Amino acid sequence: MSGIADYLAMGGYARFVWPAYGVAAIVLVVLWVLSHRRHRSLEASVRALEPEWRREAP
Amino acid sequence: MIAILATVVRRDVRLAVRRGGDAATVVAFFVVTVTLFPFGIGPEPNLLARIAPGVLWVSALLSATLSLDRLFRSDLEDGSLDLLALAPCPLIVVVLGKVVAHWLTTGLPLIAAAPLLAVLLGLPWQGFGSLVLALLLGTPCLSLVGAIGAALTLGVRRAGVLVALLVLPLTVPVLIFGVAAVEAAVTGLPAAPHLMLLGGLLLGALALAPWVTAAAVRLALE
Amino acid sequence: MSWHALASPARFMRYSTRIRPWAVAACLACTGAGLALGLFASPPDYQQGETVRIMYIHVPAAWMALFCYTAMAASSAGFLVWKQPLAEMAARATAPIGACFTAVALVTGSLWGQPMWGTWWVWDARLTSVLVLFFLYLGYIALAEAFDDPVKGGKAASILALVGFVNVPIVKFSVDWWNTLHQPASVARLDGPSIDSSMLTPLLLMALGFTFYYVALVITRIQALVLERRVRALQQAAAGM
Repeated sequence: MSGIADYLAMGGYARFVWPAYGVAAIVLVVLWVLSHRRHRSLEASVRALEPEWRREAP
Repeated sequence: MIAILATVVRRDVRLAVRRGGDAATVVAFFVVTVTLFPFGIGPEPNLLARIAPGVLWVSALLSATLSLDRLFRSDLEDGSLDLLALAPCPLIVVVLGKVVAHWLTTGLPLIAAAPLLAVLLGLPWQGFGSLVLALLLGTPCLSLVGAIGAALTLGVRRAGVLVALLVLPLTVPVLIFGVAAVEAAVTGLPAAPHLMLLGGLLLGALALAPWVTAAAVRLALE
Repeated sequence: MSWHALASPARFMRYSTRIRPWAVAACLACTGAGLALGLFASPPDYQQGETVRIMYIHVPAAWMALFCYTAMAASSAGFLVWKQPLAEMAARATAPIGACFTAVALVTGSLWGQPMWGTWWVWDARLTSVLVLFFLYLGYIALAEAFDDPVKGGKAASILALVGFVNVPIVKFSVDWWNTLHQPASVARLDGPSIDSSMLTPLLLMALGFTFYYVALVITRIQALVLERRVRALQQAAAGM
C-alpha cells in the first residue's frame, strides 16, 4: 500500500508530474474526440444529401 | 520604375493628407496608450523610467498596426487596386510605394511624437538619440511586415483585429532589438550592435516583404 | 502508386481510411510502451528526481510542435506551387494539431520549470520563440477561417504559414544562439544523443506514439475537410436546381 502511495507521490513532485500528464492526455483526447465528431456529422450531412454515397467509392 | 514609385507615394500621401484622419488618429492613439501606463502602474518616476523603452515601443507598435487595415482596402473597394495591378510596372513597385507612403504618414509622426512621450515617462536623456534612431529603423519594418498582414486579410470582411493578431508575432524581433537599443544607451553601453541588427531586419524586410505582399494582393484580386 | 494517384480526393479517402486503423494501433502501442517505461520502468534522474518523467511528455510534444509547423509550411508551399487542393487541406488539418502540441509543450514545460528552475516562466529565447510559434498557429487558423471562400482562405493562410516558417529554425537553435535558461539539445545533436538509453528509449517511443497520433488524426481532419467541400458542392447544386 505504501509502495503505491510513494509512487503516486513522485518524490514530492506529484503536483507537477501528474498535472503534466493530465493536461497532455486531456488536450490530445479532446482534440481527437472533437475531430471525430465533426467527421461523423459531416458524413451524416453528405449521406443526407446523397444517399448512395460511400466513403470508399471506387 | 522610380518614377512610378514616386507617383504612387505622392498619390497615397496626398490621399492620406486629404483624408486628414490617419496621422492624427495614430499619434493620438500612441499618446493615449502611453498615458495609460502611469495610470495603471502608478506614477513612481523610477519605475516609469525603467519601463519607458518597452512602453514606448509597444505603444508605437500597436499604433502603427492600427492604420494598416486601410493600406489596401480603400483602393480595393473603389477598384483602383485592380487598375494598379494592371499597370505596366511590377506590382512590387506599387506595393513598395504604398508602404513608403504609409510610413511617411504614420511612422514619421510616431517618431516625432516619441521624444515628447519619452519626456513624460522620464526616460533618461541618454536614451533619446537611440530611441529616435531605433524607431527610424524599426517603423519601416513595421510598415513592411504590416503590409503583408493587410494584404492577406483583404478578402476578409471585418479584418481589423485579425491584422494585428497576424502581424504582431512577426514584429517581435523588431520590438526586442528596438527596446534593447534604447536600454543599452540608457545604461551607457553601446547601442550600435542593436541598431545594426535593426538595420539588418529592415534590409531583410525590404527584400522579402514587398514580394510576399504583392503575391497576397494578387490573390485577393482573383 | 504515383504521386498523382494520391492526388484525387476520392482516392485519398480510400487509401487513408485503410491506413488509419494501423496508425491508431501503432500510436497506442508506442504510447503504451513509452508510458510504461517512462512512468514505471525508467529510473528517476540523479539531479532532477521524479520530475524528469515530465520530459517524456514535454520533449516529444515540443518536437511535434516543430514537426507540425514544418509539415504545414511544406504543404502550403506544395499548394502554392502545384495548386494541389489536398496539400492545402493537409496544412489546414495540421494546424490545430500543431497548436495543441505547442500548448502541451508550453504547459508541461512550465510544470517542469517550477520545481527545476524555481519559476513557472522565463522570457528566454527558447520559451519566447515557442510562444511565438503558438501565436503563429493561432494566426494561421484565424486567417483560414476568416474567409467566406475556403479556397481563398487556404491560399492566404498558406502564404502566412510560409512567412512564419522563419521561426522554426529560431526555435530549434535558440538554445545555441542565445544564453537561455532552457537547457541545450541533448538528443538531436550532430554527435549523437547525450542521455542514457534507459531514458532515451521511452522518449523516442513517446515521440513515435505522438507521430502516429498525428498521422491518424490528420487523416480524420483532412477527410472532414474533403467532406465539407462535398457538402458545400452538393448544397450549391441543390440550390441551383
